[in-house]
Amino acid sequence: MVTENHDKKGWKEIPIGGIIEEAGNAERYKTGTWRSFRPVHHPEKCTNCMICWVNCPDTAIKAGDVNSPDKGLVGKNDDPNLANFGGFDYEHCKGCGICAAVCPTKAIDMHPETEFLDKEGEE
Amino acid sequence: MVNLRQLAKKEERLGPGHRMCPGCPQTMIVRLVTKATDSPVVVANATGCLEVSTTIYPFSAWRVPWIHNAFENSAATISGVEAAYKALKKKGKIDKDVKFLVFAGDGGTYDIGLQSLSGALERGHNFVYVCLDNEGYMNTGIQRSSATPFGAWTNTSQVGSILKGKQEFKKDLTSVVASHHIPYVAQASPSNVQDLFKKAKKAFETEGPAFINVLAPCVPGWKYPSEQSMEIARLAVDSCFWPLYEIENGKYTLNYDPGEKKIPIIKWLEKQKRFRHLLKPENQHIVEKLQQHVDAMWENIKRLSEN
Ligand code: SF4
Ligand code: SF4
Repeated sequence: MVTENHDKKGWKEIPIGGIIEEAGNAERYKTGTWRSFRPVHHPEKCTNCMICWVNCPDTAIKAGDVNSPDKGLVGKNDDPNLANFGGFDYEHCKGCGICAAVCPTKAIDMHPETEFLDKEGEE
Repeated sequence: MVNLRQLAKKEERLGPGHRMCPGCPQTMIVRLVTKATDSPVVVANATGCLEVSTTIYPFSAWRVPWIHNAFENSAATISGVEAAYKALKKKGKIDKDVKFLVFAGDGGTYDIGLQSLSGALERGHNFVYVCLDNEGYMNTGIQRSSATPFGAWTNTSQVGSILKGKQEFKKDLTSVVASHHIPYVAQASPSNVQDLFKKAKKAFETEGPAFINVLAPCVPGWKYPSEQSMEIARLAVDSCFWPLYEIENGKYTLNYDPGEKKIPIIKWLEKQKRFRHLLKPENQHIVEKLQQHVDAMWENIKRLSEN
């Protein structure tokens, strides 16, 4: 679902060849709305190995740093040259479950999205 | 070995918001491959899942220059781009060291784009070609390609009382490409991250054409739950259906031998509903025929890698 209006352009305003002039603008398209299961992270089991990060097809695991609130708590996590687990990008995560499947320490598990709805059915 | 924690600090060249199916490993492969060089990269994309789903108008998930031409000519397209770059470089209009990269599916590589690929390899353009082999025309609704394995169901290799899925063996495209005697050819899998990264790096460092054939399990086409993509890829490697090897200037190297851990092909088949008819006792001869074929291909790769 797109979160902003795309004013319909007249044919004179559309770039020749339908060129998309803004690199990576698909980021504005929120594929997180597709998700029916949500990955949940458990820092106390996480070693910041970044195996989940490399395997995510949707770039939805953020590369964090020493200050990341979600960083793993197992092992070395204070080296500024190394990334730490930086949390999920829930605006884009499609809930495929690959991160949970590949995590060597089982620090991610998948929960149905319904668990995160309040009584009105809103997030 | 590449340290993933260091790699995560590098820029992403394919961003989120693309509309590939949940769990599709293709974009994971693209992310990893495009991180294997620090140079600017120009990507040509053949028609296919990746092309369609990453560039639905008016959006593009690509953060690098990207060009789509047609289904059959991504190798010819990148040849033109590379030749133009060379000319501009000679005239002093560009001084950067730019890498040229193609992503194409098996449809755009094994079948429709084969002559274009063959031409570009023979002319010796300096580019990297990555085939994302999901073993069929998945984007158009799961039709067989020459990469579809023997015995697999697709919408054009049906399972009925007479025919039991595809009747022909998978084309050995990696060997077809190797016959062009280009400097670098490899087969890789997203389940073996370090191996795939190393191969992408070597391919970018190669002067002249480099080709990597990467197995790309397909959630709706192979019919398995989305979280299993990497496991299915691993089983393909461990059953020796998809050997990991490389050919550097004619020299074969087997990168991974499961040895004692080699699993029978049925362990890979049984995870995918496109093969479910092969679990029936009356179809055991099909599994046996596939097993014999896989074993023969595997022994051949091992033999070629020995000297
Ligand atoms: S794979 Fe698991 S242990 Fe590794 S960074 Fe991700 S959550 Fe942490
Ligand atoms: S569930 Fe899938 S899309 Fe979401 S973070 Fe995990 S691997 Fe990425």
